[in-house]
Amino acid sequence: MFEIVKRQEMADGTVVMNEISAPQIAKKAKPGQFVILKANETGERIPLTMADTDPEKGIITIIYQIVGKSTALFKSLKTGDCFQDVIGPLGKPTHLEKLGTVVCVGGGTGVAVMHPITRGLKELGNNVFAVIGARNKDLLILEDKMKAASNELYVCTDDGSYGHHGFVTDVLKDILEKEDVKLVVGIGPVPMMKFVCKVTAEYNVKTFVSLNAIMVDGTGMCGCCRVTVGGKTRFACVDGPEFEGHEVDFDELMQRLQAYKEEEAIAYEQFKNAGGL
Amino acid sequence: MAQKAGKKEKIPRQGMPEQKPEVRRRNFKEVPLGYTRELAMKEAERCLQCKKPSCMEDCPVSVDIPGFIKFIKEGDFSGAIHKIWEKNALPAVCGRVCPQEMQCEGNCILGKKGEPVAIGNLERFVADYERENGKGDIPEKVERTGKRVAVVGSGPSGLTVAGDLVLKGHDVTIFEAFHKPGGVLVYGIPEFRLPKDIVYSEVKTLEKLGVKLECNNVVGRSVSVDELFEQGYDAVYIGVGAGLPSFLNIPGENSIGVYSANEYLTRANLMKAYLFPEYDTPIARGKNVVVLGAGNVAMDSARTAMRLGADKVRIVYRRSRQEMPARSAEIHHAEEEGIEFYLLTAPTRFISDDAGRVISMECLKMELGEPDDSGRRRPIPIEGSEFELECDMAVIAVGAGANPLLTQSTEDIELSKWGYIIADPDTGKTTKKAVWAGGDIVSGQATVILAMGAGRKVSDSIDNYLKWGW
Repeated sequence: MFEIVKRQEMADGTVVMNEISAPQIAKKAKPGQFVILKANETGERIPLTMADTDPEKGIITIIYQIVGKSTALFKSLKTGDCFQDVIGPLGKPTHLEKLGTVVCVGGGTGVAVMHPITRGLKELGNNVFAVIGARNKDLLILEDKMKAASNELYVCTDDGSYGHHGFVTDVLKDILEKEDVKLVVGIGPVPMMKFVCKVTAEYNVKTFVSLNAIMVDGTGMCGCCRVTVGGKTRFACVDGPEFEGHEVDFDELMQRLQAYKEEEAIAYEQFKNAGGL
Repeated sequence: MAQKAGKKEKIPRQGMPEQKPEVRRRNFKEVPLGYTRELAMKEAERCLQCKKPSCMEDCPVSVDIPGFIKFIKEGDFSGAIHKIWEKNALPAVCGRVCPQEMQCEGNCILGKKGEPVAIGNLERFVADYERENGKGDIPEKVERTGKRVAVVGSGPSGLTVAGDLVLKGHDVTIFEAFHKPGGVLVYGIPEFRLPKDIVYSEVKTLEKLGVKLECNNVVGRSVSVDELFEQGYDAVYIGVGAGLPSFLNIPGENSIGVYSANEYLTRANLMKAYLFPEYDTPIARGKNVVVLGAGNVAMDSARTAMRLGADKVRIVYRRSRQEMPARSAEIHHAEEEGIEFYLLTAPTRFISDDAGRVISMECLKMELGEPDDSGRRRPIPIEGSEFELECDMAVIAVGAGANPLLTQSTEDIELSKWGYIIADPDTGKTTKKAVWAGGDIVSGQATVILAMGAGRKVSDSIDNYLKWGW
């Protein structure tokens, strides 16, 4: 059992942060790696990239948006409650190195995943620009942390309620125009990552993205998370989750993420009707 | 009372009652219902109690077959289970999934002229009887040696090694990557062939004997083999199975609705997706299903699809019926349940709709040529024979390869060019000191009992090492 030692709601309650006691995972985990969590006996295995780890306290942090039954079930867990199963660290860590100027682009809860990567890149002496975005001001997360983790932070909202009015890609374009950028890391909703890659391809800048494919085991055993990268089938769980963005078939990924759309709706509806929210 | 052999009244082989095909094809309950006490004792009566029992020769774990059958004949079921436990810690599993026709029963002297003794059914009966009616007996504990063994993987070979070594007095910890123990017995083999409660009960027996179980531990990621030694383990056994699904590598394979058998069966079995939405994991409920491949895993996938409500399930196989690698009983059961066989057919492409969901499969007709390396006749495409087969779901069950997660993170373990661990065939020793390997990660995809047989050899070798050194 894995106890939630701290819990915080963010972005108007649509996003939840859990700090979970998992000493063995905390000791091993590196930025970019994920865990698989299962709330209870009947629960689904849900992969989430870790937002932070504290090896000394034996704690890992996850930040997730409520999108369906499983995340709603996670949200219903209070401080002191336990996840029945947490498995990890899984996937390959982000390759962090000193390159010069880098840009970290995060959207939605992707900002949470981006945070340790941003911090890691800055610690290595890179000049780190961070660009984070959300639909509106209330949905924005981790602004302060991202400010501390980067050299310069830009905030965007789709509706203009805060920061730059528009998409993260507008700001990214400005930076690419002005600076000699060596690397862009983009993590967020699939359409965002797709457009980040479209922009960086124009400037011929190497770009990494983190893919949130549907998974079951997370150890390369089932092939559920297969993605097409560079025309070849790869498993996001063991070959990723990070890939060279210009090679990724985002349209296929978007379709595959819809595989259980109907079932997800049924399960969520039933959960809500049973008073699960 | 027993009569002398030769004068014995001829008793026919006792069939095991099973669910009728038209009923069972829509439920996940176990197909064979098991022997009653009376049926078991009657069947046991048939055993000739040979002085040199040939049935034992091909048992990978050398169960004293006439020995346990004698106890059944006398109605001493507790005696029978203790006799089996001497060699086999997982009788309820083996009685169900061993290919007996190629092993014990295939060698039974009665089979020469008539039907062999139903050894598998009897083993299953004894294990089930003990579980349901027994006094919770366990094999006797022995004095502890203080040596610690890490067993990586809780599938059939890992459980065998753990059971053997704990009975020899060593401290054993099993590390399992999934959240439940059992490996392929739990994620792969369906409930209707091997109820999961039976596997958990066999694991419980091992725990009662002192085996420690650590689930959610992905050795290779959570902890490395070298770190296990740092933690004080004296020996490590790697029995992680062949957990890498093979795909066909044809266009359209990433369409929605195309599953590897590993994924399809893991969702259905381990995650209990057949009980969705009571359980949260979803699974596609195809109406018109194709299964590629014709081994046991293909039969399991096809029969699962039927139980999940398919109107039509077709096994599509590129060779002919004769070459199908599945056990004859599995093929028979599948056929009874209405699974169709589409032979000498090879898929070349999956076709999907605008949403990326599979709607059909392009195929080629095949003919058989000369035998290949496997001794089976090689399928050759017939030119111009392309045709389309409609389907709304496909399961690819053409085998599995070596999952590199553990081996990549472990130095000094020599691998074959296919990524399998090279281990001494007699002892299971790898090229790394104090590390053994067995089961599918050494042999490539095989059967439960072969993995258990490998485990048996390894545990003898580990025991020797712990006593006398490498």
